[in-house]
Amino acid sequence: MSTANTTTKNRHLELIGIGLIALLILVVLPVWLDAFRLNLVGKYLTYAFVAVGLVLCWGYTGILSLGQGIFFGLGGYCMAMFLKLEASSVANTKIQSTPGIPDFMDWNQLTHLPFFWVPFKSLPFALIAVIAVPSLAAFILSYAMFKRRVGGVYFAIITQAFAAVLTILIIGRQGYTGGINGITDLRTMWGWDIRTDGAKEILYFACAFLLIGMMFLARFVLSSKLGRILVAIRDKEDRVRFSGYDVASVKVFIFCLASAIAAVGGAMFTLQVGFMSPSFVGIVPSIEMVIFCAVGGRQSVVGAVVGTLLVNYAKTSFSESFPELWLFAMGGLFIAVVLAFPRGIAGLFTDQVVPLFMKWKSARDGATPDATPAPAE
Amino acid sequence: MANSTDFLLALEGVTVSFDGFKAVNDLNLYIDKGELRVIIGPNGAGKTTVLDLICGRTRVSNGSIKFQDHEITGLTEHEIVKRGIGRKFQTPSIYDDLSVFENLEISFPRGRNVFGALFWNRTSEIIERVQEIAEMIYLSDQINQRAETLSHGQKQWLEIGMLLIQDPELLMLDEPVAGMSVSERVKTAALLNTIIKNRSVVVIEHDMKFVESIAHRVTVLHQGKVLAEGDMEAIQADPHVKEVYLGH
Repeated sequence: MSTANTTTKNRHLELIGIGLIALLILVVLPVWLDAFRLNLVGKYLTYAFVAVGLVLCWGYTGILSLGQGIFFGLGGYCMAMFLKLEASSVANTKIQSTPGIPDFMDWNQLTHLPFFWVPFKSLPFALIAVIAVPSLAAFILSYAMFKRRVGGVYFAIITQAFAAVLTILIIGRQGYTGGINGITDLRTMWGWDIRTDGAKEILYFACAFLLIGMMFLARFVLSSKLGRILVAIRDKEDRVRFSGYDVASVKVFIFCLASAIAAVGGAMFTLQVGFMSPSFVGIVPSIEMVIFCAVGGRQSVVGAVVGTLLVNYAKTSFSESFPELWLFAMGGLFIAVVLAFPRGIAGLFTDQVVPLFMKWKSARDGATPDATPAPAE
Repeated sequence: MANSTDFLLALEGVTVSFDGFKAVNDLNLYIDKGELRVIIGPNGAGKTTVLDLICGRTRVSNGSIKFQDHEITGLTEHEIVKRGIGRKFQTPSIYDDLSVFENLEISFPRGRNVFGALFWNRTSEIIERVQEIAEMIYLSDQINQRAETLSHGQKQWLEIGMLLIQDPELLMLDEPVAGMSVSERVKTAALLNTIIKNRSVVVIEHDMKFVESIAHRVTVLHQGKVLAEGDMEAIQADPHVKEVYLGH
């Protein structure tokens, strides 16, 4: 019976956690921080989308993806393509040899817009593509793997290879993608200048609300029967088949969902930071995102967000003073998490802090009636 | 001899080879509706492999497996489960991180696709059914406990319960009393005797006492082939069987 109580207690704790995060990112930080720092936090929050997705696919289902940068990047690129086209109006680009196409295409001797760029002139199309393109990529990748029952470390390696492939592709085809510099100099969205402080503040709040929405979405999935099937798959994948479930389609679904959530983060990144480049697609950022999630606690939606914010805060303040040491610190942190507290900060909190608090509370509650005669046992 | 449509399950000429080694060799096995069949045989006789073949875990190299007169070779595991075949594994195979209730609920034969599971509604009908099964498998008091904390015998019962709630036409049990204490064995035999009603059951078992207590018909496997088939007394009297198995 006590276990059931703990589960419901954890559910309540999680709700309180989401509430506290909402308070922090919607009230405390905007009041406390200047525009520059707030924009920085906004950037961190976009990584938190990826971490929330990783809680679903890695923490609960046991699918480790070392290629979430693919989906973050694809979402970000879809957004950037729209913004770039809007910034490349004929009026803005009249000094180019071919006016009306993005500047990097002109530098690469392209004379017309490539066909796959054309639909990105439309904002509704771009917004749909932000979700649809990464989800489709995730579907093809995961369907091919999971139907063949490729999993575990092999899947992780393949996702990593895909992250490398996509980076090489983007860098190599710079006339179509902007190359290593990425897609830069983004200005307006439907005429609304996204570079002003006011716009950045609005985008920050949009990002924060979306993140909270994604946390509730993840919570909904995890508290449904599907959530329990995910745990069952992590536990004993083979057995789940004999309970009558098509394990592959469940895994494909959760991987696509995680990727779609990451992609929303990528799009918000592009909007807030004002560019997208292959350095957010490849292996290193993908692994960093796994570390954010691991530090925060891969089985906790709240933990993943907290972990992302903390690690990025540490990264920013640490690398301002000791830039060359940061990577070592990060590596050390990851090893420490894996060895010492595999359930991350969230695990430390529920295993150590909460029992301590309960003890303190019962001691205090016990102390008050102590003044009156203790009830006979 | 009845024609093939009367059998619930019919294996004909089934062969499976692993790198040339024929674990099951040209096997014929017929299970009637409502029959309880015990499969015995020395180690390596291919008993577990036969169950693996029926439930789709191992692919048949040659031959045909028909369930309710439909070919089931080539179907995936979950499709075979949906046809009505349930399987209990040798080691207790339950979901440690879930509670007894959740283990049973997952096995309830509804909402088995992604969206069915996502928008699953825990109705009173399901709760009642889960509680009913929990009582049958002696786990009512542990219903909200994490399955990991159960004893070995209780885990075996839970797995039997997970099969029961699936309500299969054919139930396959791989050593259901292995590692159980004497009192647990007695309870398990009672449990099996109640659940075999209205369905066919195939049991693999080593424990001869237990086999005697439940068996209707016994099939002896040896080196991937049927060595003998019949009731318990006939089997025990069979000189071939004595030679390879019982006499040891």
